[in-house]
Formats: sequence, structure tokens, C-alpha cells
Amino acid sequence: MNAGRQAHAYLMLLPALALLVAFTHYPAVATLVDSFMSTPKPNRPSVFVGLENYASMIDDPIFWQALRNNLWFALATIPLSVGLALAMALWVNGKMMGRGLLRMAYFTPTVLPMIAVANIWLFFYTPSYGLLEQVGGFFGLPSHNWLGDKSTALASITAVAVWKEAGFFMIFYLAALQGISPSLREAAAIEGAGRWFFFRRVLWPLLMPTTIFVLVNAVINAFRMVDHVVVMTRGGPDNATSLLLYHLYEVGFKFWDQGYAAAITVVLLGTLAAVALVQFFVLDKKAHY
Amino acid sequence: MKFHIATIGAALAVTLVAQANAQVTEVPFYFPVAVGGPITKLIDQFATDFNKDNPTIKVAPIYAGSYQDTIVKALTAHKAGTPPVASVLLSTDTFTLIDEDAIVPIDTFVKSADDKAWLGGFYKAFLQNGQIGGKTWGVPFQRSTVVLYWNKEAFKEAGLDPSKAPQTWSEMTSMSQKLTKKDAAGKVTQYGVQIPSSGFPYWLFQGLTTENDVILANDAGNQTRFDDPKVIEALQYWVDLSKKHGVHPSGVVEWGTTPKDFMEKKVAMIWTTTGNLTNIRSNAKFDFGVAMLPQGKKRGSPTGGGNFFIFKKATPAQQEAAFKFAKWLTQPERAAQWGIETGYVAVSPAAWDTPALKKYASEYPPASVARDQLQYAVAELSTHDNQRVTKALNDGLQAALTGSKTPEAAMKDAQREAERLLRSYK
Repeated sequence: MNAGRQAHAYLMLLPALALLVAFTHYPAVATLVDSFMSTPKPNRPSVFVGLENYASMIDDPIFWQALRNNLWFALATIPLSVGLALAMALWVNGKMMGRGLLRMAYFTPTVLPMIAVANIWLFFYTPSYGLLEQVGGFFGLPSHNWLGDKSTALASITAVAVWKEAGFFMIFYLAALQGISPSLREAAAIEGAGRWFFFRRVLWPLLMPTTIFVLVNAVINAFRMVDHVVVMTRGGPDNATSLLLYHLYEVGFKFWDQGYAAAITVVLLGTLAAVALVQFFVLDKKAHY
Repeated sequence: MKFHIATIGAALAVTLVAQANAQVTEVPFYFPVAVGGPITKLIDQFATDFNKDNPTIKVAPIYAGSYQDTIVKALTAHKAGTPPVASVLLSTDTFTLIDEDAIVPIDTFVKSADDKAWLGGFYKAFLQNGQIGGKTWGVPFQRSTVVLYWNKEAFKEAGLDPSKAPQTWSEMTSMSQKLTKKDAAGKVTQYGVQIPSSGFPYWLFQGLTTENDVILANDAGNQTRFDDPKVIEALQYWVDLSKKHGVHPSGVVEWGTTPKDFMEKKVAMIWTTTGNLTNIRSNAKFDFGVAMLPQGKKRGSPTGGGNFFIFKKATPAQQEAAFKFAKWLTQPERAAQWGIETGYVAVSPAAWDTPALKKYASEYPPASVARDQLQYAVAELSTHDNQRVTKALNDGLQAALTGSKTPEAAMKDAQREAERLLRSYK
């Protein structure tokens, strides 16, 4: 390749590169630097403090609780939303009456803004007259304060996230299923393969690239979705629903502790990067493109 | 036609010349919206009217979201070097704004006798939060207090006098016991009373502590008293309402759905802000009353809401213009109009003396309950590193209400955390 073509290629890449550097790479590096500095105050400029921000993170019980909550939240939302998405996609991929309507119904939660969704669910969970209470009351179950009880609050907000996400992931599975040649199904039928065998040996491997893509998104979302926490519980009761990003927001923009907030951001970024790398290098080997 | 065109042309020319000659001072003004109603329209109207009266000033109101959104935007802009000239922010954020060196004291601009009379004209309870270190930092603007709403029909059904709200804590408990209804299966269908505890439980809790004759923090904002026996006693009363007496919903009660719970008759009495009056008045399908909070050792309620602040990094001309706007906004007639249309408590006795507000208060007496309660009101809890310290208290309150800690342990933990946070401000 000659120099002219090289220069041409770089020029073509420049606009995207400039935006990426300005809004992604530079902030990430700046955050890393800030995490080793103290929070600037009007009469106390920012100074290098080494690992002090990280030390206070280790001492911060709310950080650990938020991390624990977030891991449970991720462990529940990822398999549930991906599994549900796959089941729904298989279901609406077949020939059936009202297929279009069903697809739309499954996709609706994705279209609604999270803030609106959270406000609707707030009333689902309301004690005494909420939807859940009315259904439960019909079966004679006792009244329960879903969001106001430490033991059920996290599960309640997890359910909202699954409900919101499954429809979105379903669309990817549906698109992938539509791309699979019908001749495979016919060939399998001729060979006498059952539905389960066909799914396990043909569909699932062919869907692997989609699964990986969806998994990466699910993991990122598990650490990124906090809108409903802000609306429904504000991290309460007593930090039972505080997720990492919500805790980060509180430290950064309510407590104005920039240095510490930067340290939490670095941990969050590091965790996500590690998970993404594992997914790409380990799971990718199992996928057939 | 020709004449018209000439006139318009001349008018245009005059305007252009006038604009070129007179220096127009721009005043970007951030404001939050925290209650229902046409707040944005009203603020825009105020700014337009003010600009018409003062051709050399151009106040540009900018809607900035919730209180939290607004302080995030204002402080971020301040740190980047270009803050708004003025903003309405929570009065409790005064310490934060001073610590960030973001605002100037209002006293800087109070020079004439007229200015002094104006600043002296506000209710003392509303000025308290803005007065720190002998200076006044914020002008009371959209302010509220906590009041008790009661369902008169439910009172009648329970055999209580529908015209009388509970006057004391013990009365509130005993009335609540009569008001709590259960179905055949023993499930509660209507609770007696409900005090919301999501988000900012400390604010409602401050009603209880004030009534129990204890103040949560000192004026310098560097010492809290969360573990005072009287504070623990107040929390015990709150916890007992549900744990011991079963007349209050258990766990953390959502602030946002509390008015709805009341309107759905799931609870006969609620504690909430005066700002919900218009909402409940237009949506409740039964007769209800508004009362001062019941007394423990005495009466009491915290004040709440937002003050008007002037930012330090603005030019002196802009600051003077903002001051003029603040003064204009809080003139009795305008404060009265603001109170009537929003449900906030008009900020000065003079505003309550205007014909408009007098008429409104006589036609609708509940509107004046908050004002009558002001004589017992105290400043809302506010300290250095305010949001962190109040979070320590909030976490403790929620831990006690959900039963994971005893009131005593919860308040001791909150106090220990507050001591740690405030160490560097002593």
C-alpha cells in the first residue's frame, strides 16, 4: 500500500477518530488520572493522593453493598432476560394467528422510556391497591410492601429490568432466526430429528453469534440501568437497591466528591472491560460465524 | 400603507439605536420544577413582565429539571467557569454552595432603607436556612412546610368528630386505632395514618423531632445530634405506629404514592407537603381537612423548598440586575399570586395582607394552615457536606422502619457517620 492511500485512509477515519478520542478515550484517561487526585475545593486545589480514593472505597460499606446488589442484579437479569428473549423469539417465529400483534406486544416495553416504565411499575407495586396486590388479594395472599421491604426491593427492581430488556433482545434473536435457511429444518425433518434435538444441534449453534452479542449487551446494561432505581426507590430502603452506577451518581453529583467518584468509575470500567474481554476471547471460540 | 411601513421602519430604527446605546444586562436564571401545575408558564410570564418594566435587563429563565438536576447543572457550570447569574435551589444546599465558593451573600446588595425593609419582611422561619455566619445567602422564594391531611368521611365512619384533627401524638395514635379497618381475613383495608419515608425521610422525621423538642443540627452546620435520646424517642414513636399499634403501613412508605393512597382511602391521615394541596383538592372525592402537625412536647415542622441565589462568578452589573429581579419577584402582590397558583406558602406577612391572598384564604381556609404553623417552624436540616450527612440519617431511618436495626442502634450509627463526615469542618 502506498503512502498516498495510507494518508487517504487516515483522513477518512479522522472524523470518527476525533469524536471517539474527545468523548470516549480522553474522558476515560482523565478519569483514571483524577482517581489518583483529591477532590478540588475552592481553597484547596487538587493534589496527588495516590491510592487514597481507592482506600476509602474499600472502607465504604455502601460501595460494597452496591457492588453486591449489582452482582445479584446482573446474575438475575442476564440469564432471565436472554432466556426469555429466546423463548419469545422462537414462539413468535412460528406460523400463528396474530403473530404481528404478539411481536409488537413483546417489543413495547423497549419502546417506552425507562422513566415512564418505572412510574407505571411503581403503581404495580403499591401496597393495598397496586396491581400485584389486587391479583394477590384475589388468591387470598397477604398484603406486601414490595419496594418498602429490604428483602424484596432488589428483586422487585430486577423484575422491571427483565421485563424491559427481554423484548429488545428478542428482536435480535428473531432477526437471526429469520436468517436461518428453512432447508435446514426440512433436512432435519427428513433425518427424523425431534424439535429439541434440532434446536440443540442446529439452531442454538447458529444463534451463537447473536447470543454473544446479546450477552455483551445484557452485561453492560446490568451495570448501566439505573433510571428505574432513581424513580422507584432512590437506592433505598437503607441502600437495599443501590446499584454501582447509582452510588457513583450520588458520590459524584450529590456529594460532589470527584476524586472518589473517579475511583469508582475506574473500577466500574475495569469490571466491564474484563467481562467483555472474557466474552470475546473465550465465548467467541465457541461461535460459528 | 406607506405610512404604516414608514412607522414600522422608524420604530425598528429607534429600537436598534436604543439597543445599541443602552447596555442590556443578560441574566440567565435557572429554576427547577418540583410540584405539579403550570410553573414554567408562570415563571416565563414573570420574566417577561420584569423585562418590560426594566428595559436594560434581560432575565432569561431556563427550566433546569428537578432540584437535584438544577444544582448539578448550576455547580457543574460554576466549576467550568460560566455559572448562571441566578438560580432557585434547595435552601438546604446553602452550605454546599458556600463551600464551593459559588454564591455571594444577598447583604452585599442591600443598601437602601427600602432594601433593608424588604429583607426584614420575610418570615423568620424561611430566612433561617439562608442565614449562615451572620450573612444572608438566599432569598426565600418557593417554600413549604409539612402538614397533616385528614379524611373527614373516614372520621365520621369511625365515630370521630370530622371537624377535629389530632392535636397530640397520643391522640394521633388513638384516633388511628379507631380509623384502621380490617377485612374478615384480618387484612388491613384502611390504615389510620401514614408518614412517607422514601427518598428524603429526614424531612418528615424532622416534624417528629421538632415536636419532641430537639433540633437535629447546630447553626454552624458542623455538629449533628442524631443520637440524642429525644431523637431516638421520636423515631421510636414512628416505628411503634406500625410495629406496636399496627395503624401505619410497615416498611418504607413511598413519598410519591402517598397522596394517591389518601385519595384511594387506603389511609385516613397523611403527612405531606403543603405543595400537594392543589393536587388533593382537585382529585379527592371526599371532604378533607388540613391541619398543623400534632404536638409532642410542643408543635413543630421543618420548612422546605427553594431559595433564590446569586452566583459569584457573574459580573457586578449582572448581580445587581439579579438582585433587582429577586426583589421584584418577592413583592407582596407577586408572592401572593405565586402562592395561590402553586400552593407554596407566600413568603412574607405583607403578601398575606394583600386583598388577593386574603380573599383566597377566607374562601379556602386550609390554604392558611401552613402560614399559621410557621410560628412553630424550624429550619430544614442542613449541614456542611449536606447530602452525605442527610443520607446517613435517611439510611438510619429506613433501617429502623424496615426493622433491620433498632431506633437506638440506627441513630447511633447515623451519628457516628455524620461525626466522621463533619470532622474537617470543625
